[in-house]
Amino acid sequence: MLDDFLVRAALAGIGVAVATGPLGAFVVWRRMAYFGDATSHAAILGVALALALSLPIGLGTMLVALSMALTVSTLAARGWAVDTTLGVLAHSALAFGLVAISFLPGVRADLSGLLFGDILAVSKSDLAFVWGGAAVIAGLLLWRWQALLTATLSESLAHASGIDPNRERLALTVALAIVVAVALKIVGALLISAMLIIPAAAARSLARSPETMAVLAVLIGAGSVLAGLQLSLRFDTPAGPSIIAIASLAFTLSVLIAPLKSR
Amino acid sequence: MPDMRGCGMSLIAAKNVTVRLGGADILAGVSLVVEPAEIVTIVGPNGSGKSTLLRALLGIEALASGTVTRSPGLRIGYVPQRLHIDRPMPMTARRFLSLPKCCSDAQAAQVLARCGVSGVEQRQLADLSGGQLQRVLLARALLNAPEILILDEPTQGLDQPGEAAFYHLIEEVRRDTGAAVLLVSHDLHVVMAASDRVICLNGHVCCEGAPDVVRDAPEYRALFGFGTQGALALYRHDHDHNHGPGAAHEHGPDCAHSHTHSPAKELHDHVG
Repeated sequence: MLDDFLVRAALAGIGVAVATGPLGAFVVWRRMAYFGDATSHAAILGVALALALSLPIGLGTMLVALSMALTVSTLAARGWAVDTTLGVLAHSALAFGLVAISFLPGVRADLSGLLFGDILAVSKSDLAFVWGGAAVIAGLLLWRWQALLTATLSESLAHASGIDPNRERLALTVALAIVVAVALKIVGALLISAMLIIPAAAARSLARSPETMAVLAVLIGAGSVLAGLQLSLRFDTPAGPSIIAIASLAFTLSVLIAPLKSR
Repeated sequence: MPDMRGCGMSLIAAKNVTVRLGGADILAGVSLVVEPAEIVTIVGPNGSGKSTLLRALLGIEALASGTVTRSPGLRIGYVPQRLHIDRPMPMTARRFLSLPKCCSDAQAAQVLARCGVSGVEQRQLADLSGGQLQRVLLARALLNAPEILILDEPTQGLDQPGEAAFYHLIEEVRRDTGAAVLLVSHDLHVVMAASDRVICLNGHVCCEGAPDVVRDAPEYRALFGFGTQGALALYRHDHDHNHGPGAAHEHGPDCAHSHTHSPAKELHDHVG
């Protein structure tokens, strides 16, 4: 079954959705959208570094994404203008990454794969990497769930309950770095944060509790992957953008039906 | 050190706490001890560091110097001055009560009823009124048998009967559970009557002691100005009729009109 590239693509996409659903919910709740951009753009620099040093690509992207995520959260905690800082970091990470990649002739041809993903070329080992990463993220979020929610709702309430909000933020930062490494091959550096934000935003209008929002985000993300693959197959459109386009339609639909539902 | 109060079984003890924000000392050399089952009120003008002191006690604010000691494993019920509920997170009142420790539906219903907001379980926090939200926050603080309630201007958004009921509830909780209460307020007249001890704060501890001791302390009067006589009178009418200099007339117990003999009164923030 795994010999069919389409099955591998679908399974990889669903694996990504399992990780980005609940994590994306936190990105939306904490207004970390730009944070996701900066981290995922840094992944390209990670690929360049990994290739130059002949490290595994997954490891390289994860390390660079993690250091970018830590930099951003440190600067934010020191009171830097988050909006501007993230804008600068996100785009300079992308620019430096693309410049670095241009020094590695072999990769140049595959630039669109880095930017937009190459889900149809997922190998069995890619699939194992995706599901391994998704399992780590899901496990981390489940383990910290109550504390993460409390810290996200109010840092002072968290403090009073004996929860250290900085530790919870670090857990999310690490999870974000992992998701970037995992999703790079699937949707590409430019669309990772779309995969984080759009399914969660679509789930927001339909959910009444944080848990239903996280689960709905997974379902909407997985549905978008399957429908996006179909779209790509039938009309020969690029797979990554097709998935995000479907997710955006789901978002629009959710905004339209939410008022009907509450009536 | 002659002051041994910090050594025994006090719940929270602050010693010479200094908190610096943006280069200015918000708190300087503040010491404070809360013992089990006592109600301590911190009063002070706006910007006197009341909320900062609570945040320092909770470990939220970094200390420039001094120490804060909480008894090990202290269960704190905290009601912040204002909880900014962000729209993006869907959160019902019921779910909120289970953060971070789960409670049963029966416990939730009981504590909500006790706080006067029965039946809000399925409402979204963001849809509650200010007063309702404040009561839900208190309900959450009362769960899990807190050893100390820390309340930052807890009656904001409550009307006067609600406020009276609120302090009644606080005293009841203290009586039933032996929880200590540390609260910040500028509703001087109501608060002073309910407290065991009052701490008057203005960046440092100006004076502290039993409510009537603090009320008559020169530091307190200097801080709140002469106009406070008018506010305090509301609560003092039933006890004595000593209005201080300039009192031109007597009031009945329900009197709430302005005291024209004290021009500074309208400046005081409890009026607004």
